[in-house]
Amino acid sequence: MAITVRTVERPKRTLATEIYLVEVWKGLALTFRHLFVNLFRHAMRALRIKGFAPGAVTIQYPEDPAVLGKRARTRHRLLEREDGAPRCTACLLCETICPAKCIRITAENAPDPKIEKRAKTFDIDLGMCVFCGYCVEACPVDAIHMDANEVEISSFSRKGMIWTMDDMMGRSKAP
Amino acid sequence: MIGLDMLAFTTGKILFATLGFGLNIAGFLGWVERKQSAVMQDRVGANRADILGFKLLGLFHPIADAIKMLTKEDFVPKGAHRPLHGLAPMISLGCGLFCLSALPFGGVIEFAGRSWDLTPIPSTVGVPLVLATLAFGVHGVVMAGFASGSNYGLLGALRGAAQMIAYEVCLASSLAGVLFIFGTLDLAEAVRWQVAHRTWGICVQPLGFLLFLTAGAAVTKRTPFDLPEGESEIVGYHVEYSGMKFGMFLMTDFIESIVICGLITALFLGGWAIPGLALESMGLLGGALMVASFTAKVMLLLFLLMQVRWTLPRFRFDQLLHLGWLNLLPLSLLNFLVTVWVVYLWR
Repeated sequence: MAITVRTVERPKRTLATEIYLVEVWKGLALTFRHLFVNLFRHAMRALRIKGFAPGAVTIQYPEDPAVLGKRARTRHRLLEREDGAPRCTACLLCETICPAKCIRITAENAPDPKIEKRAKTFDIDLGMCVFCGYCVEACPVDAIHMDANEVEISSFSRKGMIWTMDDMMGRSKAP
Repeated sequence: MIGLDMLAFTTGKILFATLGFGLNIAGFLGWVERKQSAVMQDRVGANRADILGFKLLGLFHPIADAIKMLTKEDFVPKGAHRPLHGLAPMISLGCGLFCLSALPFGGVIEFAGRSWDLTPIPSTVGVPLVLATLAFGVHGVVMAGFASGSNYGLLGALRGAAQMIAYEVCLASSLAGVLFIFGTLDLAEAVRWQVAHRTWGICVQPLGFLLFLTAGAAVTKRTPFDLPEGESEIVGYHVEYSGMKFGMFLMTDFIESIVICGLITALFLGGWAIPGLALESMGLLGGALMVASFTAKVMLLLFLLMQVRWTLPRFRFDQLLHLGWLNLLPLSLLNFLVTVWVVYLWR
């Protein structure tokens, strides 16, 4: 394969740039423009006149909600079948592939002989989880998603960071 | 014999200049810095400090800063020189505050049958007084670095000293032209010259104004010349300071900026003069207008300095010294030469 050469043009050092005052003036023009446009927008917002862009790009958390991407990996969610039973068949694929080893599953016999196993307990230690999403990709029955859109997960103890199956299916009162 | 009322008046003026004017504007400048830079950068700035629920656009943040600095542990490192460590910020701040007292807030007004001079410390050699006291503030910087017992602090102090030596020279030489035209070293007389001739200093010495503004920003170690302080990339001379001593160094930055802006106002922007009004003959109202006009012009210049701070990238140290010795100093001397010739040929 041939190596291509790309020439990068250096900016020219003319008299205008060397004197620097011209550049200072251009820079000040840019920042003053930002200053006055933003002041105008802030004033419009203070006077409650609609129709103008916001004066700042800041998201004032926690008053304004955090903006998440469409496919952002947030807290885990275990999905149910139509009859309300969890989809998880305790195949342990997610526990095997988890790089942080934070999933602990114990299995038991499922009453329906066509679905042989189900999970007795399904715990994820969210304090260890790296939110990589491998468990979602590994699951063959689409039983676990990471789209609960909850990122403010906290607890006063390490034990409190372990979420159980009931927590992740929305069946418990408080995590 | 100085009468007691004159003594009280002078004390009141000095207290107004240092505490009322200087420290208040310095605190206000903290807020202006945050908010102006934020609005300029499409941000919101600091808006969380509140007293009893009143946020007031973040005006209480400087008070929060002051409380923070007062309540921090004031440590002196193990190998440091304790007396000098404590003395250095006092020298820096004291020199800055003293310079504020020599600024011409107003002229001489007639009130209640007597004449009152509105300059806190009126002096016929106001300009060298202010410049010399500012230069003495360098001692505070070098002392801070030396007494820190830290190599990085010492190097920062040496940077600061080299920069201030270079730009103090430029400061004085850029004033040479405008002082030659005014014919006086007295700041109040300089303002009166501008009032009498109906021209401001900036009209007769535009290059001098630019040079003095640049040299002044460099002397007060204001961005883009703030490499001795460092802030985000390199450690400065105040590395071993904490609490109120560090707060005093930050305060010195603001106070010296106010002094430089005050000098520029007095010498180039007509001081307390409002075009069209003979303020010195208007009694108490004239006095109030003079102080207000001076304050407004100083605030305008400070606004400009703030804006420049957040517009220009920092100079590398060799670029800084190159600019001072090889660009500003020859330009200011050339400016003085041209001024002298023009005045000679004019007369």
